[in-house]
Amino acid sequence: MKIVVPVKQVAVLDEEFELLEDRPGVDPDAIDWELNEWDDFSLEVALRLREAEGQGEVVVISVGGEESEEGLRACLAKGADRALRVWEDSLEGADPLAVARVLAAAVGRESPDLVLCGVQSSDAVNSATGVALAAHLDLPRVAVVTALDYDAGAGAATVERELEGGLIELLRVRLPALLTIQTGINEPRYANLRAIKQAKEKPLEAMAPSDLGVDEDALAAAAGSRVRSMVPPDPGGGAEMLNGSASAVAERIAEIVKERMSG
Amino acid sequence: MSGILVVAESRRGELREVSLELVGAALALKEQAGGRLAVAMIGAEATGYADALGAPGVDEVLTVEAPAADFEAHVHAGALEALIAQENPALVLLGHTIDALGFGPAVAAKLGLGFASDVTALGWEGRPVASRGAYGGKLQVELDFPGKDTVLLLLRAGAFEAAEGSGAATVRAVETAGEPRTEQLGFREVEAGDVDITKADFLLSVGRGIEERDALSQFEELAEKMGATLSVSRPLVDAGWISNARQVGQSGKTVKPKVYLALGISGAVQHLAGMQNADTIIAVNTDPEAPIFRVADYGAVADLFDVADGLAEQFGE
Repeated sequence: MKIVVPVKQVAVLDEEFELLEDRPGVDPDAIDWELNEWDDFSLEVALRLREAEGQGEVVVISVGGEESEEGLRACLAKGADRALRVWEDSLEGADPLAVARVLAAAVGRESPDLVLCGVQSSDAVNSATGVALAAHLDLPRVAVVTALDYDAGAGAATVERELEGGLIELLRVRLPALLTIQTGINEPRYANLRAIKQAKEKPLEAMAPSDLGVDEDALAAAAGSRVRSMVPPDPGGGAEMLNGSASAVAERIAEIVKERMSG
Repeated sequence: MSGILVVAESRRGELREVSLELVGAALALKEQAGGRLAVAMIGAEATGYADALGAPGVDEVLTVEAPAADFEAHVHAGALEALIAQENPALVLLGHTIDALGFGPAVAAKLGLGFASDVTALGWEGRPVASRGAYGGKLQVELDFPGKDTVLLLLRAGAFEAAEGSGAATVRAVETAGEPRTEQLGFREVEAGDVDITKADFLLSVGRGIEERDALSQFEELAEKMGATLSVSRPLVDAGWISNARQVGQSGKTVKPKVYLALGISGAVQHLAGMQNADTIIAVNTDPEAPIFRVADYGAVADLFDVADGLAEQFGE
């Protein structure tokens, strides 16, 4: 069984970040990068399926700049067999439909039995790339999966889909298929030092979208939106900040709680 | 291309609240956008919702009888593609809901539409303009959709005023094609657990900031001392530390206590959706930029363990 796991290196802003002046965006010096939390879980699903089958291949693919190689190496260290990074500078700030278009070219040529995406990325929180990718690949899809039981004989999986408010739907889907995986579905493994060393020897290929037949026009046509402005959010009413030592803060909280609860 | 198409939602025989919010958002734009406002319901017994969806200002309710009894992502995608082809709307509005996430992005990708999800504000400047969060909610972006004749947006539940009134629209049954590609096996409720956090007046809620499973018992004790019920954010449930009966948020419970005291919860969108309507929200977090401070009434940038120690003293016998 061949499983492709698209992953993303997500941006975490420093406390003191600054906005760019010439275009909507954040000063890259203020960004820390880490592997998207959801992708730890989708990779773990893939690794366990391969282990249960006793054979197969897990390929991780990321649309991202050089910073993404750290995340891809981490996936290789956990047990993915090989990695592919696709990038060109015009993809900076790309919307989920543009990313899905690039992924479709990269994932499609692998002809996977299963594509496992995270439900969302923690920075952009679109929850859209995986399902858009499924449309490009014409794969059946299930979004927000919290349990998976693969029946190799039938070539199908029984999955649980997490709805709002604690309701679960059970579905059966035939492979090949694309699932978006929710956090909590498993307990992702950590890589040991030896595996981290060995991961350096595993194949990590870098390509441009054009190498996959996606030219600039195709990318522009696929993009679903353009960022017109980026600003700090409306603070709303804004919280009244309680200052002072922790014990002073605790005293104020105690007063507020007692007052409100007696009201 | 003109006009607005809203796709309403039902689940297990009931209209979902977000549907009327979508209609409300569409009504607010209708005059500027021009054209008709049509509201579609896709699913078995779709006609049963026609009256409720026909608020004054809605021109037409379109009912699409689907072969699957409950929501099925591929049936919905096929039906929406057909509706867009028939209606040629400039704007298509769906909820940013689990169901819509299963087909909205697919339709947008397949048809090459303008697209954005988790939209919290909408405008019209000859074309649609949408606002949403970026960088985990620390920034806000405004999006436009150059070159797109049709734009499909997923609107955040609770961010738009619901439409009022019903029965004012004409109703038309529409035939579309859409084949299911999954087999539906049924529903189950997550275990209720030993506690109903939706009934509590005072919730002490802890999140990722407590860092270790062993720390949880300290907060159970603190909650008891303060007369509060303990609730948590999703990461603690994901880690298997505590039952999801205590989880606040989109996939957990929606709560509206008198006081919600959040310790070490940064305030992901899905969490805020479950607690932002509490009467009084107090948040303690080490990150001054944490999104939870934007919905809180009182905030403190402090170490939650230090504050917890202080609270234990304040509420000690």
